[in-house]
Amino acid sequence: MTDQQLVNLVGVSKVYDGTAALKGIDLYIRRNEFLTLLGPSGCGKTTTLRLIGGFEQPTTGKILFEGVDITGVPPYKRRVNTVFQRYALFSHMNVFENIAFGLRIKKMDEKTIRAKVGKMLELVNLVGYENRSVDSLSGGQQQRVAIARALVNEPEVLLLDEPLAALDLKLRKEMQQELKKMQRQLGITFLFVTHDQEEALSMSDTIAVMKDGEIQQIGTPEDIYNEPKNAFVAGFIGESNIVDGIMHQDKLVEFAGTCFDCVDGGFGPMEPVDVVIRPEDIKLVKPGDGKLQGVVRSVTFMGVHYEMIVEAHGIDWLVHSTLMEPPGSEVGLYVTPMDIHIMKKVAAG
Amino acid sequence: MTRSRAMLPYVVWMTIFIVVPLFLVIYYAFTTRDANGTALTLANFQRAFQPIYLKVLARSLKLAVFSTAVCLLLGYPVALIMAGKAFSRKSTIMLLFVIPMWMNFLLRTYAWLTLLERNGALNQLLSRIGLPTLNILYTDYAVILGMVYNFLPFMILPIYSVLSKIDQGVIEAASDLGANKLVVFLRVVLPLSLPGVVSGIIMVFMPALTTFVISRLLGGGQYTLVGNLIEQQFLVVGDWGFGSAISMVLIVLILISMAVMSFFEKGEEGATLW
Repeated sequence: MTDQQLVNLVGVSKVYDGTAALKGIDLYIRRNEFLTLLGPSGCGKTTTLRLIGGFEQPTTGKILFEGVDITGVPPYKRRVNTVFQRYALFSHMNVFENIAFGLRIKKMDEKTIRAKVGKMLELVNLVGYENRSVDSLSGGQQQRVAIARALVNEPEVLLLDEPLAALDLKLRKEMQQELKKMQRQLGITFLFVTHDQEEALSMSDTIAVMKDGEIQQIGTPEDIYNEPKNAFVAGFIGESNIVDGIMHQDKLVEFAGTCFDCVDGGFGPMEPVDVVIRPEDIKLVKPGDGKLQGVVRSVTFMGVHYEMIVEAHGIDWLVHSTLMEPPGSEVGLYVTPMDIHIMKKVAAG
Repeated sequence: MTRSRAMLPYVVWMTIFIVVPLFLVIYYAFTTRDANGTALTLANFQRAFQPIYLKVLARSLKLAVFSTAVCLLLGYPVALIMAGKAFSRKSTIMLLFVIPMWMNFLLRTYAWLTLLERNGALNQLLSRIGLPTLNILYTDYAVILGMVYNFLPFMILPIYSVLSKIDQGVIEAASDLGANKLVVFLRVVLPLSLPGVVSGIIMVFMPALTTFVISRLLGGGQYTLVGNLIEQQFLVVGDWGFGSAISMVLIVLILISMAVMSFFEKGEEGATLW
């Protein structure tokens, strides 16, 4: 188990000018894994990446690399490379020299450098751009150069700091697939930082959801989506209806003035909880059927599905359905016990 | 339309104070006046290329190059330290370099006269701590000292402004790719700062080549640089033709050296005087 753990963060915290950016996190990255740090801005995800890259030193805790403490080691001695958010290309060098930078520092001979850079240019689809100045490239191309410049050094871990944030939607989708393909082909461990939950879900083997300098949940994309640990994770990953409820007993919860069967237990008697229901898990049925009765307030066509807001028991429910009910119509709402997720209330703040 | 109209005052200004005087210089350089009237001539230039005047020109060039080099060697490290992210007293240091410039140029240079005198403040200090006194007043060293003192801020400021604009991410990227601090400096920071270095060199070299006040005060009455030569021709000798010819030689010399510098500078445009 431990020999699989390539990078280990042990009780790592980081304080900037009295403000805690990281509050003692423990995290390990397995070899060949695509791990994503996901969270809103200011959650500490970039700080975590910069600590692993060596650009910052942790206030407390230590960072292990293959079991060896690398906490004080400067960036240029670490076997990790970084793709920066704004690429940080060398504007005084052409594409070839940008990619060759790391190899030249290692004093490789010209022939090896040519071969390695050539292979990278092929990988990132930039053959023929060797002599172009990096300023003349589009955002997507600059980003490919940044990836090639890091990957050519064959790092143990590639750190990617929101590398796709500056690209338009279509290009972003393409690059997501390409990155995933590269990661499989090269067998390099990726640590990816993003605030885009869709990106995280589609690319990662493992996701760590972060908030306020703490890791909220670590798991596979499926786990995180289907079994969010708390209301924050549920709200951040995909859209959710989050309402207040009271746990009457195991597998029986009351919300919206009604008691529902559910599958969760282990709460105190009459404990207040958060109830999370995904919009696609609410079925619209004939009025009179279902547990709740409501009125459709608005309908938006989203392409694959309709997004409807249904008011029932004074609560606006977000419902996704491929079938449309016109605004003003009365409907019944039905949710299977499996799809009612009960979460402990997180202390405010 | 409105923009070109707004330019008009500047165009008028430049025409009156730059273009017309320049043509006057050209006119005087190529003409001679005697009782018979005005005639075209190359005699002024023939005279300007006589060995005695070429020697003055060579000496001016030598001193200007030397002071520019000293300014660069002193100024670059200062600019580098000021631009460093860890350095928090930027404005204090900047102020220290700029404060002397609030004082009149002549007064600043006169001050050195008093400091460097045989019984001046510097020598009194030296003899008090038991060191031999320096008698550099009225030598090349005093002139170079005066030039460096006066022109150093013009070297520091453009270099500092380029250095401080270098993206911190680029430096981190180089470090990430295996470069230690020295390699980061040599392969990333230095090349990226070249536009500032070029501006700095031009801004120090030009006044250093043409100065006549510093050389007169700190070099003594007999000390002649090309600036003094031109001044003499216009104000003492009254040979406007010859003075104009030397001025033109100097202008061509400056244009050549600026062309050479811009050849070395391939980076950003905005940072240079061109």
